[in-house]
Parts: sequence; C-alpha cells; structure tokens
Amino acid sequence: MEIQDSKSTLQVIPRNNEKIKKIWKTAGILLAITVAEFIMAFTMERGLLLYALFIILTIWKAKYIMMEFMHLGDEVKPLFYSIIVPLIFLVWLLIALAKEGTDIFMMRW
Amino acid sequence: MSAHSTAIGVSSKRGTWGGGNEPLKASYGKLMMWFFLLSDIFTFAAFLISYLSIRLSYPAYEGPLDTFIGSNEYWPVPELVFEAVPFLHGFHAPLVFVGIMTFILISSSVTMVLAVEAGHRNDRNDVVKWMLWTMVGGITFLSCQAWEWNHFIHGTDAGSIMTYINSLSREVTETVFGANLVVNEYGPPAFAQLFFFITGFHGFHVTIGVVLLFLAFYQAAVGVYDRRGHYEMIEKIGLYWHFVDLVWVFVFTLFYLI
Repeated sequence: MEIQDSKSTLQVIPRNNEKIKKIWKTAGILLAITVAEFIMAFTMERGLLLYALFIILTIWKAKYIMMEFMHLGDEVKPLFYSIIVPLIFLVWLLIALAKEGTDIFMMRW
Repeated sequence: MSAHSTAIGVSSKRGTWGGGNEPLKASYGKLMMWFFLLSDIFTFAAFLISYLSIRLSYPAYEGPLDTFIGSNEYWPVPELVFEAVPFLHGFHAPLVFVGIMTFILISSSVTMVLAVEAGHRNDRNDVVKWMLWTMVGGITFLSCQAWEWNHFIHGTDAGSIMTYINSLSREVTETVFGANLVVNEYGPPAFAQLFFFITGFHGFHVTIGVVLLFLAFYQAAVGVYDRRGHYEMIEKIGLYWHFVDLVWVFVFTLFYLI
C-alpha cells in the first residue's frame, strides 16, 4: 500500500472577513441577550411579565443559533419547514401540561 | 436554472432515478443529523415542559428573599439555590457561576461555527485550531457542571430541617444536607430529581459531543478530510454541538432564571 501524502490537494480559499465578522456579531448579540436576562433576573419583580420576557428572549436566542450558527435559513424551504413545522406539537404539549400542573395544584392546595 | 428550482439536487451523471441524488439538497449525513436533532428536540422539550408542569403543581415561595429557607412545602427560588462559586466558600453570588457556564458554552459554539467556516474553505490549520478551542470549551463546561453537581449533592453548611418519608417508608424530621433522589434541602424531592435528570441528560449530550469533536479534530489534523475532498463531517458535528448549546439556552432560562 502506498503511503498517502499528507499534504493537502485541496485548494485553500482565503478567509472572507465579512463572513467571520458576521459570526462574531451574532455571538455578540447572543451574549448581550444573556446579559440582559441576567440583569432582569435581579432588577425586575418576579411575575408573569418577567417570565414572558425570559421566554421571548430565549426563543429569540434560539432563532439566532438555528439560523446563523446551524445555517437552517440557508437550507431549501422544504427542509426548513420539515424541521420547524413539527415543533407546533410542542405548543400543544406546553398548553396541556401547564393546565395539568395548575389543576394538580388546585387539588393539592 | 430550472434544475435548481426543485428541492432535489439531481446528479448530472446518473439523472433523476439513477441514485446518488440529494433530496432537500442536503447530503444524507446532514439530513439525518437534522432529523435526529428534531427527535432530540422533542425529548428535551418533553423534559422541560414536564419540569414546568411539576413546578406549577407546587406553590411558589412568596416570602422575602433574604429570609428564604428550603422546604418541601414550596418550590425554591433558583437564584437562592444556585449561588455558590468555586474557591469562594460561603460567598453569596447568585447565578454567577451558571452565568459563566453559559458564557463558556456559547463561546464554544462560536468557535465551532468558525471551524465549520474554515472547513468550507478547506483550511486545515484553521479547522484544527478552532476544533481544539471548541473542545477546550466543552471540557471546561463539563468540569464546571461536575463542580456544580458536587456542590448541589453535598449542600450548604446549614442545611434545612425537612419532614419527609425516608427510604424505609418512615416519616422523619431531621436536618437535611444537599440532595439525593429521595430528599433535598432546597425544595420538594421533584426539584432535585428534575435537576439531576435534565442537566444530567444535557451533560451526557455534551460528553458525547466532546468525544465526536475529538474524533473530528483528530481526523482533520491527520488529513483524512483533505484526502476525502471535503470537510462535511465538521459541519455535521457542528450541527450537533450547536444543538447542545441551543438546549442549554432553554435549560438556563427554565431552570435558573424562572
């Protein structure tokens, strides 16, 4: 068996600074949102408004991770929807179990 | 180009029905990784929504925060449970350590995306460099989690007085330190159980991720991907690694903030 050449035969494309800048920008946004959540946890009163804001900010972060880091936005539309649409089931699970939890609370206390 | 208006990348050699085509214009591996991640999203979502449900079934702590004591009568306030930092014993630093962990995991996700970007450019040196940084981030995160678990299990100096049914089915009232699956000093038993299961399952995913990262790092370093002609494996492992970060974002919000 011949010894394989470890030198690259692939053409190395030079860095595209525009793209790399965009990655760092997304990272900055994610970090900024996390810091904002952190500050809100200590300055705002605990309650439905704060929890709603936390969940909105979390979904916003999730959007950045999926679109920018996982490049889901660059995939073809059918693939995009086949990942996003099934998540609708989770909305139902969330409503059903939130109601279940509240009802158990009512029975216990 | 009409061939590109459909969602199937048609091979020029074999045509539509000759095999080797890529449905949804993603390679087999990438497509399967996406569908695996979708199923994993459901698993984690089931865990987290169950957490929410069980939490709603207990009363919330309503007294003043500075006189909080753990009790299995109400759900604890997370920022008063997760408030320890390594090397600073007895120092009250709510959520600081978990904030650092989040920062580490997001950073490792950034270095992963830089590795994927380098892979698109066939730049072996950059891929190896960024994979190494990602691995460092992953291992640091796991170490932090090990410390956090250790602290959670051993508990605070004071502990809390709990009345509970022990493993011998007897009702006892005693000072409880730390946490196990029967009783914990912070809140109802379900609190520690869910903590162990959810962060444990996530930590298990991170562990698998680090192993995969190491394999890809090694293969990139010895030139396997150069000989193969593409760096797609980096992309696939990148998808998995970002998913781990994605889950942590939700765990962070639901477990530590709310």
